[in-house]
Amino acid sequence: MAIKERMSGNEAVAHAIKQINPDVMPAFPITPSTEIPQFVSTMIANGEIDTEFIPVESEHSSMSAAIGASAAGARTLTATSSCGLALMWEVLYVAASNRLPIMMEVVNRALSGPININAEHSDSMGARDSGWIQIYAENNQEVYDNTLQAYRIAEHRSVKLPVMICQDGFITSHAVENITLLEDEPVKKFVGSYEPEHYLLKEDEAMAVGPYAISGYCMEAKRAQAQAMINAKEVILQVAKEFEELSGRSYGFFEEYCLEDAEYAIVAIGSVCGTIKETIDKLRAKGCRVGLLKVRVFRPFPGEEMAAALKNCKAIAIMDRCEGYNATGGPLGAELTAALYRTKATAETVNIIYGLSGRDVKVSDVEEVYEKLERLAQGDNCFGEYPYIGLRSNN
Amino acid sequence: MANIPILGLEAIIEPSEPAQGGGMEKSMEQKNTFNFREIQEREERLAPGHRMCAGCGGTIAVRNVLKALHPGDKAVIGNATGCLEVSSFMYPYTAYEDSYIHNVFENAGATLSGVETAYKALKKKGKIKEDYKFITFGGDGGTYDIGLQSLSGAMERGHDMVYVCYDNGAYMNTGVQRSSATPMYADTTTTPTGKVSDGKPQTRKDLAAIIAAHNIPYVAQTTFIGNMKDLYVKAEKAIYTPGAAFLNIMAPCPRGWKYDAPDIIEICKLAVETCYWPLFEIVDGKWILSYKPKNKLPLEDFLRKQGRFKHLFKPGNEHLLEAFQNEVDKRWEELLFRCGE
Repeated sequence: MAIKERMSGNEAVAHAIKQINPDVMPAFPITPSTEIPQFVSTMIANGEIDTEFIPVESEHSSMSAAIGASAAGARTLTATSSCGLALMWEVLYVAASNRLPIMMEVVNRALSGPININAEHSDSMGARDSGWIQIYAENNQEVYDNTLQAYRIAEHRSVKLPVMICQDGFITSHAVENITLLEDEPVKKFVGSYEPEHYLLKEDEAMAVGPYAISGYCMEAKRAQAQAMINAKEVILQVAKEFEELSGRSYGFFEEYCLEDAEYAIVAIGSVCGTIKETIDKLRAKGCRVGLLKVRVFRPFPGEEMAAALKNCKAIAIMDRCEGYNATGGPLGAELTAALYRTKATAETVNIIYGLSGRDVKVSDVEEVYEKLERLAQGDNCFGEYPYIGLRSNN
Repeated sequence: MANIPILGLEAIIEPSEPAQGGGMEKSMEQKNTFNFREIQEREERLAPGHRMCAGCGGTIAVRNVLKALHPGDKAVIGNATGCLEVSSFMYPYTAYEDSYIHNVFENAGATLSGVETAYKALKKKGKIKEDYKFITFGGDGGTYDIGLQSLSGAMERGHDMVYVCYDNGAYMNTGVQRSSATPMYADTTTTPTGKVSDGKPQTRKDLAAIIAAHNIPYVAQTTFIGNMKDLYVKAEKAIYTPGAAFLNIMAPCPRGWKYDAPDIIEICKLAVETCYWPLFEIVDGKWILSYKPKNKLPLEDFLRKQGRFKHLFKPGNEHLLEAFQNEVDKRWEELLFRCGE
């Protein structure tokens, strides 16, 4: 039986954690993810879950303790945002290279500076090459559903990689929306128990974690880790299929919204996709062939699949809620453009930066993007150099 | 005199006349749990074949701390990045008989606190049955400096673990750079002596006192003396005291200190007899002196054997020796006061 509720994104995550009942959670408060460890601590204080919470003194220690706990054989999670994720940067790589299936709830927020607490993807995008799986959500329902699927993907024998479950700070983390929850028992059955093959506290074998390895061994370890990320693609789809059987909600690498016959498409990540869908509905009513490719899985990067889904488009706007500071644009822009090139796509593309530090994106902004895409397809480079949405001035 | 079997290294210890609590051997004799032969015959938990330098103090510290684990007791060993880590766990070989985890340089405290918490969680859920002890090792770089926050957090939270610092007084793994544990005037590669430099200008950080201020049940400072009884007794207490414990072990480095490797035990003895490295413990907040030399030797006796201090013995540098002696005296008096001596 599905349960109709109203929850913020952080509450939805906490509810999923309650249903999963993981073993260990080290965490350090940082806006806007702070509520997640608060909710978990309250559930522990009320005896609702038997997770052990470690109130660490920093995010670096949060991820370090998570690595220790996971290596010891515990199902482990943490939560963070922004500078907290940046402080973990060094040990994110250690978690991934030790092949530890840690789940991290990332409530996306701008990196400093200027210091700002609002939604931006610079934090998780900064960690995009750390070896973690990254799954993004448009709304509260999705972050709940993604959290329930996380351990199934991370702990899979052919994957064994940590996973970030990302949502947009405040926009989804704090805004209350309608949500459909699953009952506890089916969730427990779906997630299953964690039975690692090797761990520090295994009774009949000792284990050593974190070696020094000379050049003669390192490269093989890294290639094996790369293979795990490749393997994750199939596992993500398989877990999504099983989740659909349980919940009736369908997930893949990305969502295609009115994309099949679209001539002009936007590719974006996260909560902005709600605004884009609203705009599409409005423009479709006028007969405009516009669509959206909403990226759910950024790591592993489903470039080939995205390029195939965009193959009939005349012009594509790739929107990044993250500066690349590379004089060309953002990370989604760079990677998708490369994927399109490899499939010999002929569509015009433009990379647009939007929504930095929580800057609002309106339906009228998206409408303008679609209008300009039509002109771009006709050879009019109307976006200009280095386009931003909603910027008060270029100087 | 002490009825402890005299074997090998400890033979160089001259029995002191009893003074206050007695001489070095005498005072240690008061604890009757120490059977040198039985302890040395215990199975090695740090297997031979690792790549540490001959005469490395860090290795002596690890071997002897692990000897304090009662035979049959299980443990998970942690390790900060440093000489010890890169030389004792080189893929595909490990020198550790027990489960072992190295994470990065500055997070040995947090990493082992995660392991210990996983143990609590899995034990509570009935997923593991056996008892484990948790011991982590870090050099002074990973402990006094880059890992201090992580260590402080782990101690303050009271995880049931022992953090062991093998203090060799500099970043030896990267080639003898100064740390906050480096003694004043030491010649290191980032405090080199020169025309206008006398070596490290600052004094040592007092880490044992800092950790004691965390109000944990057990803190101790030791080094390699005699038949390792002081180290053994303190390690055993640290391991078997419930809650967080900290051991600071002076572990000389022949490369960084520039002495002849076989002199290590004599150097340790001189460090103690000059009161450069006093032996003490802090049990539930109470400071207890482990050994008080009857005749406190001049600091020069400890410094003279080490190349890192050779500039102090050049004519015209007498004032440096005097300043260093004054610093050691001041700290010794403070320690005596804390210990109620």
